[in-house]
Amino acid sequence: MRLFDVKRFAIHDGPGIRTTLFMKGCPLHCVWCHNPEGISYEPTRLFTASKCIHCGAHETEGVDACPTLALQVAGKDWTLEEILKTVEKERLVMEESGGGVTLCGGEPLMHPEALVEVLEALGKKGFHRTVDTTLYASWETVEHVMAHAELFMVDLKHMDSAQHEKYTGVGNELILENIQRFSAMKQRPQLWIRIPLIAGVNNDEENLKKTAAFISSLPSLPEQVNLLPYHDVGKAKHTRMGTKYNPKGYEMSVPTEEQLAQAQEIFSRHGISTIIGG
Amino acid sequence: MKYPLTYPNNDGGMNERIKRLRKQSIETPTTLTIERALIETAFYKENYGKMPNCILRARNFYEICKKKTIYIGEDELIVGERGPKPKAVPTFPELTCHTVEDLHTLNTRELQPYFISEEDIATYEREVIPYWQGRTQRERIFSHVSKEWEEAYHAGVFTEFMEQRAGGHTAMDGKMYQRGLLDCKKRIAERIASLDYINDPLATDKQQELEAMDISCDAAILFAERHAELAEKMAAETKDEKRRMELQKIADVCRWVPAHAPRNIQEAIQMYWFVHLGTVTELNGWDCMNPGHIDQHLWPFYKKGIEDGTLTREKAKELISCFWIKFNNQPAPPKVGVTALESGTYNDFTNINIGGIDRYGRNAVNEISYMILEVQEELHELQPGLSVHIAKVTPDDFILAATKVIRQGHGYPSVFNPDTYTKELMRQGKSREDANEGGCSGCIEVGAFGKEAYILTGYLNTPKILEITLNNGLDPVSGKKLGLETGDPRTFTSYEQLYEAYHKQMLYFVNMKLSVNNYIERMFSLYAPATFLSLFIDDCIEKGQDYYSGGARYNTTYIQCTGLGTTTDCLSTIKMHVFDTGRYTMDELLKAVAANWEGEEKMRQYIINHTPFFGNDNDEADAIAVKVYDDLVDAIEGHPNTRGGKTQLNMLSTTCHNYFGSVCGASVNGRMAHFAISDGTSPAHGADTQGPTSVVKSLGKLDQTKSGGTLLNVRFVPEMMKSEEDLRKLGSLIRTYFNLGGHHIQFNVVDTETLHDAQKHPERYRDLLVRVAGYSDYFNDMTPQLQNEIIARTENEAF
Repeated sequence: MRLFDVKRFAIHDGPGIRTTLFMKGCPLHCVWCHNPEGISYEPTRLFTASKCIHCGAHETEGVDACPTLALQVAGKDWTLEEILKTVEKERLVMEESGGGVTLCGGEPLMHPEALVEVLEALGKKGFHRTVDTTLYASWETVEHVMAHAELFMVDLKHMDSAQHEKYTGVGNELILENIQRFSAMKQRPQLWIRIPLIAGVNNDEENLKKTAAFISSLPSLPEQVNLLPYHDVGKAKHTRMGTKYNPKGYEMSVPTEEQLAQAQEIFSRHGISTIIGG
Repeated sequence: MKYPLTYPNNDGGMNERIKRLRKQSIETPTTLTIERALIETAFYKENYGKMPNCILRARNFYEICKKKTIYIGEDELIVGERGPKPKAVPTFPELTCHTVEDLHTLNTRELQPYFISEEDIATYEREVIPYWQGRTQRERIFSHVSKEWEEAYHAGVFTEFMEQRAGGHTAMDGKMYQRGLLDCKKRIAERIASLDYINDPLATDKQQELEAMDISCDAAILFAERHAELAEKMAAETKDEKRRMELQKIADVCRWVPAHAPRNIQEAIQMYWFVHLGTVTELNGWDCMNPGHIDQHLWPFYKKGIEDGTLTREKAKELISCFWIKFNNQPAPPKVGVTALESGTYNDFTNINIGGIDRYGRNAVNEISYMILEVQEELHELQPGLSVHIAKVTPDDFILAATKVIRQGHGYPSVFNPDTYTKELMRQGKSREDANEGGCSGCIEVGAFGKEAYILTGYLNTPKILEITLNNGLDPVSGKKLGLETGDPRTFTSYEQLYEAYHKQMLYFVNMKLSVNNYIERMFSLYAPATFLSLFIDDCIEKGQDYYSGGARYNTTYIQCTGLGTTTDCLSTIKMHVFDTGRYTMDELLKAVAANWEGEEKMRQYIINHTPFFGNDNDEADAIAVKVYDDLVDAIEGHPNTRGGKTQLNMLSTTCHNYFGSVCGASVNGRMAHFAISDGTSPAHGADTQGPTSVVKSLGKLDQTKSGGTLLNVRFVPEMMKSEEDLRKLGSLIRTYFNLGGHHIQFNVVDTETLHDAQKHPERYRDLLVRVAGYSDYFNDMTPQLQNEIIARTENEAF
């Protein structure tokens, strides 16, 4: 499994304290993406200029010899054993907190075989498993992975397909359809819907009403709905990748406390209680 | 307050009285009072040599209680000050006598000044200083030690606690709430009557000590009586009817306690406060005085008062708030000479314990525990320190309430694990019940409250010992040969050979320290018996022996070891890069540190980023830490002290890791010269990169029950602790560490930006309290060096 990061002691990636595995590769490229190094499946160079002491070690000895870690490569193939060993280190705190392992990305459903292999192994070891996904995948894939997780956290970014495509590169039909089919399943993992709330992109009243209406009309309601206020940490990552953040210069800003309250109010009018943040 | 309080019974915070008292306590400048020194000096001039020293000390205490200025402030319900007014700090010339130069420095220094008038300095020079020349404990100590000891001491290999203050670490159990001083007098009389002068060769010594204890009882009763008189006088003068009633009540309380056992919560608190003041007036013991498990002690009085309708929750909380402010009114007495760096703070280290377990191991959390959390949070003063005790039987709800206070970022409460520290106590030979009644005082030091004299003797600088080893016995900073010649490390062919050399060097310095400890203990037994304190520590009365002479049921002598993280990381660096991979030669490493890494930034960075360090749940690095720790235990533990007890190790550093860092050159783990070494058992600054679970798992590999306490600092950014859910996760981390056998963990909840801003704009952060090392201090009161150190502590981005 190709990962670009492993985060131990993740406290905002599902219930309890978790270890989050970031799988490389994503079919979407959201302009606000805070892990842009996870979009391409190919290893991605990250360079932090402020750390560099211009020693040239990477040229003679390779990237791993960079003394300051100014230069790093995101994207390394992990064996199942390596993953299990790393996850096992956090077992005590996971058990104490009701946590587990979160597979996120990129888009984990892009590599269903690797994903299922890891999820199965984790399941055998008794870990709670969460898949953090856009559900932008064939229904067969979703259904296949569903059997091996206790929780799906699904992103819902925009109800208007053209707008969705504008900001993420793909339309939303497949995503909405999969959410519907997922929630219609008699036996399904828990479903948490997470909505990145980005002022200027998706926090207008119309979109929020449509989103709330969509969720409230689902065959079964999600167990939790989170509103994730936009932040621009992706910017620093793009600098490290040598690429430009939000190249088309879309207007995006952090929602105000008032806007967050308004959004919550719209959802609650549809009978949906929401949590701010993950 | 950044976050709302949501305690189930919170009644809306401080009332007007408490607001006024708090304001006064915070805004009153700290001053020095020479009153105690004058009374004592006059008494000694007249009486020294005319009576046994225990009687001399007791009568000296009586004299102070009889003559010192009595203070009762407006609004106060709990009364009594150590000095003539709030925040006036006495001196203790019998221990160490400030010079005129010291007094000028204290009066004018920028950080933590102690104001004193020119007139008082002149009086001190005339009346006090001449008499004490050659008679202080400090001089008795320094005139005795060997040249080697003195050189190692001055080079910062270790410190000596007893050269500035008396052996301390005293925390109380519940007996004073059941027996007054008149009961003590009765027991003393019985004990004297039963002495066997024919078959007990020490009977006369015991008689003298018991008589001295008896005088000490009279002194404290007199002290209280004088408060009663003043309160009555003030009651007669006031026009405010409500205040007149309060003053009359104060007078009644002071006539009853400490002579008798308290009957209600106000008397219980006042009882403790008189005992507290007596102890810190008699002598200047380390870590002040400590009520111990005050929530358990006050609980029966609270329960009774609520049940019979004589008390409300609001009233109880007001009394506890008044009590808390009293602690803040007593800044620590100032040090002399250069030792200010060791721990420059007004904090006197009273560390009140709440929660935890009772004598029988049952959950001891009660309503007072929650009330104290509220009081601590509302007042957020420098003192007293507070710790919560979280055993397996402690409810999650109490952890949640405690983490809410932690989140406010004032640096407390710290968190302790009774399941581990009771094991530490029992391993040292305490009974199960006495261990259960124990707790932690000072920073993290474990003790059998009310039954033990556990005396700290000084810190040991383990990174310095390694530095000396790497220089074949020479200290590169002082240029002196301090240690043994254990060989030029460039000739070593294996890591084991290097470790062996370090081990020899460590034993040499531990033994050097031990060789003087017993002498110093005897000096306190002979010249500074604590006859008042002895009344409250089992079994001093029964044995007819002083607290400093083995009267306590348990007697422990500690050496505190510092720098475990730094030493481990240095050893790991050498093991990996010199002996395992051969990336660098020993010569290259030693030259680089000798040059403070000048021109070797590439090597330094490589080591920092590519070496297994302690605190990352890395088995290799952690195995080194375990070995270093176990060997320190073996070296220190089990030597007999002069009081019938034994030496033990504990692992704390207070702020000494800064001082110790300042005397060390650069070290091979990438640390720059003179920067702080790691504190307590925490990982070295920035060494832990794998998140807090890894930190607690690394520390969990140490068998902490072999220590008298370890210390773990973890810093969290408040941004990440917004929701109750986040706080529950923090609680899970605490539980996880404690399941692994952790003794203590504390959190500094501040972000780097805030701290930088606080450095730039100190005026905006006057109330910014941060956790230093076992206690909290005002960020503004710290040296820039210590401020930078706090900022450099690993910021846990996960939270």
